[in-house]
Amino acid sequence: MNSENTTPFKVATSNCPSGTEPVLRVDQLAISVNTENGLKPLVHELSFDLHRGETLAIAGESGSGKSLTSLAIMGLLPPPAVRVTGGSIHFGDQELTTLGENAFRQIRGNRIAMIFQEPMTSLNPVMKIGTQLAEAICAHEAISLKEARLRALEALRSVRLSEPEKRLNQFPHELSGGMRQRVMIAMAIALKPDILIADEPTTALDVTVQREVLDLLRDLQLEMGTALILITHDMGVVAEMADRVLVMKGGHFVEENHVESLFAKPQKVYTRNLLEAVPKLGDGSGEARMGRPDEDTLVAELENVVVHFDVRSGILGRVTHRVHAVENVSLNIRKGEIFSLVGESGCGKSTIAKAMVGLVDHSGRIRINGHDISPTYGAMSNQTRRDIQMVFQDPMASLDPRMRVGELVREPLVIHGVGTRQEQDQHVEYLFERVGLARDQIQRYPHEFSGGQRQRICIARALALNPKLIIADESVSALDVTVQAKVLDLLKELVSELGVSFLFISHDMAVVENISDRVGVMYLGQIVETGSRRQIFGSPRHSYTKRLLSAVPTPDPSRERQSAARLVGDVPSPVKSIAERVSHVELVDMGDGHLIALEDTMK
Amino acid sequence: MANSASTDPDIPTTIEPGVIAQFARRKLALFGLFLVLMTLCAAIFAPWLTAFDPNEQMFDGLTLQGAPMPPGGQFVLGTDLLGRDLLTRILYGARTSLIIGVAANGLALLIGTIIGVTAGYFRGWVGSALMRMTDLMMAFPALLLAICLAAIFQPSLWIVALVIAIVYWVQTARVLYAETASLAQREFIAAERTLGAGHLRILLKHILPHLVPTIIVWGTLGISTTVLLEATLSFLGVGVQPPTPSWGNIIFENQTYFQAAPWLVFFPGLAIVTLALAFNLVGDALREILDPTQRGRD
Repeated sequence: MNSENTTPFKVATSNCPSGTEPVLRVDQLAISVNTENGLKPLVHELSFDLHRGETLAIAGESGSGKSLTSLAIMGLLPPPAVRVTGGSIHFGDQELTTLGENAFRQIRGNRIAMIFQEPMTSLNPVMKIGTQLAEAICAHEAISLKEARLRALEALRSVRLSEPEKRLNQFPHELSGGMRQRVMIAMAIALKPDILIADEPTTALDVTVQREVLDLLRDLQLEMGTALILITHDMGVVAEMADRVLVMKGGHFVEENHVESLFAKPQKVYTRNLLEAVPKLGDGSGEARMGRPDEDTLVAELENVVVHFDVRSGILGRVTHRVHAVENVSLNIRKGEIFSLVGESGCGKSTIAKAMVGLVDHSGRIRINGHDISPTYGAMSNQTRRDIQMVFQDPMASLDPRMRVGELVREPLVIHGVGTRQEQDQHVEYLFERVGLARDQIQRYPHEFSGGQRQRICIARALALNPKLIIADESVSALDVTVQAKVLDLLKELVSELGVSFLFISHDMAVVENISDRVGVMYLGQIVETGSRRQIFGSPRHSYTKRLLSAVPTPDPSRERQSAARLVGDVPSPVKSIAERVSHVELVDMGDGHLIALEDTMK
Repeated sequence: MANSASTDPDIPTTIEPGVIAQFARRKLALFGLFLVLMTLCAAIFAPWLTAFDPNEQMFDGLTLQGAPMPPGGQFVLGTDLLGRDLLTRILYGARTSLIIGVAANGLALLIGTIIGVTAGYFRGWVGSALMRMTDLMMAFPALLLAICLAAIFQPSLWIVALVIAIVYWVQTARVLYAETASLAQREFIAAERTLGAGHLRILLKHILPHLVPTIIVWGTLGISTTVLLEATLSFLGVGVQPPTPSWGNIIFENQTYFQAAPWLVFFPGLAIVTLALAFNLVGDALREILDPTQRGRD
């Protein structure tokens, strides 16, 4: 650990409006976990103040201790292993580290409230929204259930949920992700807490929904004067929301400053690296990759590809509804290019990938390297399988945890009977070096690697058969930004050196802008705009593309923040009754391969 | 998130010793293995370990009133109602128990694994057909089925083993079906399919290894169950036929005299409990060692 990380000192004084006592004062806080080998420190001597009405962002990568700090403030550290081993947390005139569980319950939810990352798992799935909200209110205030429901309704209105009366009687699964997170926020603010802790509140949400939730949090904070602790890994969110920023790394305090000063002049090397690694959304004019794609050779051609999933219901199990996951998609990927598909969750981008590798049945035509892919999995030829490989989102889940990584990388060669055992060994060693791993790691198991290394193993595995096309489905989304930047560099290198093409699927506009040659924007199973990187990011034409781009948080605090408070209702659903016809968009060429959907054909 | 794997460079890892070395570090597991080996030796070397014949009814094996001899003296564990040496019968009975425990249970595991894994992996009509058959077997009284089967075939040790296997595979199949079905949905199975791996390869290399802990646990637990099932069948007269000794039929032969001669029930019972415990200890240790995903967590 660098020595610069270990010194706990304060750089900034707070910009608190009235200069009053801080509402929360964390002093020399230390958190440790009890292991067989004694206490292992997780957070070292962390100090900060929080004032009324301000937003403090605690930023850092995974394992930095930011979530533990928030749990310590809430008194929710997982007993008995993890506990506070030093320092103090003053909330007003109360000391929280020594407070008993019963006394803490009076504070928790009432005066300090918390919003978690995953709204689906934080809500009780078998209780109606209204009942859950009312229960939370009744737990702290002696009011009747009827009054509590009125308060709950008021809270739902304040988070700008459409049709709040109807929402009270709905179950969590009936709401979309963004609406659920609003319900969580409503629950947290219903009792008007002094401090609101938001732990990665928008990480699980789509970018346009994230925009709405961030706007809402900011508005609420202005209205109520609540102090907000925002825990996030996303420097864009930090720049948009925070007044002050505290950077942590590996449990150590790194730096604390006003948001403008921190982004303009980071004092520490780590902060500077972190900020540099954040992919920035530009206008697509950034320098092109080395090596030009081969315009004439197409490695993948998709023509009017359609993927439907049938929904059966009734006693006879008849098909009554259909999920229109992919609707009439056509696209081409050239040799040596990175083609990106962007869109929000449920837009069908992953389903296209699955159809291309034969994991789901499709209709329409998919050609890989000049060979048609048969619509069902079993009939796919071995040669076609060698030409197209896939890297999944979660490298831990996509590697068999019981096999050594060398065996995993060798496996494609074994399956397709390529080379002798010795040749395979050599090829595995070559692949390991190619993706930036050491040879002596070949004998290890997947769980012994970090997230970025595991994704490199998946890439090595995909490369083993010299495929023409690799599909990377959200392959860098689960990685920390510094690791993500390195993996993206690796992908670019592979394209220029080996001439392999990538279909890069992501929801992250900044990453897509950084890596792509061409981009397709998907909405509700259809491509609404496609073109070169410069065309999409420089002059987006379709309103959905524009909305996506404007929703991306910018890691630049000096940029004007405009909040557009809007009511959220239901998102359009791709599930339609079989009688219903789906309107197909019509793509029009705007010149130079820039295709956009005519707006009036989209609902 | 104990190790802060936030950056790409090497994270420290432990050097992993072999399975045997790890096993040797676990005292309880070694104790279990020792007991299993003891039983095995007793079964194999029974003729050399005792001076008596298991079926010999000795005149001095009974008191003058015709009661069995208590433990001590010439007969270390006493004698039974017919004046046979109890220790000798328990030593020979170990053969029966091990054959039933290993053969019957092994066969049951084999049938259960094949049916459960096939049904769980392929689902569809194959899976439905297999699992409805399993449900049918479960709903049918196991003991009744065993009695029917044993009555049809000429009772012998091997037939008893076969009958027990046919009755006992059901539980294994159910458990493995559920586990396979959830494994087959995991992403690494999808990843294997995109590589072009065939069904057999996925089943043998990527599904079966994950089921090993469950199979071992069910196998060790099953040993005690099958030994007891054998005892029940023997008691009902359709199991191992007297005079061949088995731990089960020794208990059931003598249970009515439990108050007068408790050793006749206590020692074979102790043997059953010890063997079941021993297999459990070994099985638990193997599970911890063979599962690398659990190893990283301690």
